[in-house]
Amino acid sequence: MKGLRFILAGIIFGIIMTKSEAVSWYRIQEMFRFQSFHMYGIIGTAVVLGALAVLLIKKYHIKDSQGNPIIFTDKEKSPSKYIIGGLIFGLGWALTGACPGPMFVNIGYGYVSFIIVVIGALSGTFLYGLIRDRLPH
Amino acid sequence: MLNLLKQPWPWYTSGAAIAAIMVLLLYFGKSFGFSSNLRTICSMAGAGKKVSFFDFDWRAQKWNLLFLLGSVLGGLIAATLLKNNTPLKLAAATVTDLKTIGINFDGQLNPAQLFGIHSLSLKNVILLLSGGLLVGFGSRYAGGCTSGHAISGLSNLQLPSLIAVIGFFAGGLLMTHFLLPLILSI
Repeated sequence: MKGLRFILAGIIFGIIMTKSEAVSWYRIQEMFRFQSFHMYGIIGTAVVLGALAVLLIKKYHIKDSQGNPIIFTDKEKSPSKYIIGGLIFGLGWALTGACPGPMFVNIGYGYVSFIIVVIGALSGTFLYGLIRDRLPH
Repeated sequence: MLNLLKQPWPWYTSGAAIAAIMVLLLYFGKSFGFSSNLRTICSMAGAGKKVSFFDFDWRAQKWNLLFLLGSVLGGLIAATLLKNNTPLKLAAATVTDLKTIGINFDGQLNPAQLFGIHSLSLKNVILLLSGGLLVGFGSRYAGGCTSGHAISGLSNLQLPSLIAVIGFFAGGLLMTHFLLPLILSI
């Protein structure tokens, strides 16, 4: 089954996020209060190693598993959407202690109340789609 | 080995493992970005019939939904097979700060006061719903979340992602230091 590898990658992701406590509401509070290096260490290590990997992939034109070149698309340039959208996202991140990935990991962990957070997130996504033409981008 | 995995993982192991997931998805010809799934689910539910933003072939995103399914299973494995009963080691300063806004640290991943199934008051439901709403709306508006911008975007040295991440933090600081104390005091 071709999809199995994505399920496995997701399983590893869920375990990493839980075992390093990155799915914890408390850890997110600690981060936004600058009282521990923990979350900065996680994101920082991921970005430094990730940047190194992207650099190597580009430099050596590394191909993906299908033999196709790995393509990186540049994000479109529009400061307002990143600032306003980012700000709104951040408000929700600190309130629920979870970004989209951890919401689902938390449900698996047994915090069923995160289903309510996911319902909220789906409604938010729908609302954005509904009014996006009227928003500054 | 199992005992080693059961312990809380240090930040460097986790950071390296997240980078590895990103590279693995690139190797599979995909890109790491979790919040796209929310748009895909809206599309699957038929939102494309009413709103053009959701009118796309969601089947191309099936791989990401499988990744989502895996992440739920990963959480389940972490809660059972890899369960660790020692309380989370939260910074003492955070424990004190949270106490002043009325949250008692209980050593779990999330405070039962907000997320416990027995404390699902109307207020908590509104809090969880609106928090989720902000995350969903904001991530689509900004074109990505922590995985898409902070990990994938910054790794590819994208200035827009840096702006988005600064936005994430500005919003987080505003919520943590000004709004959350107000919300919890209601």
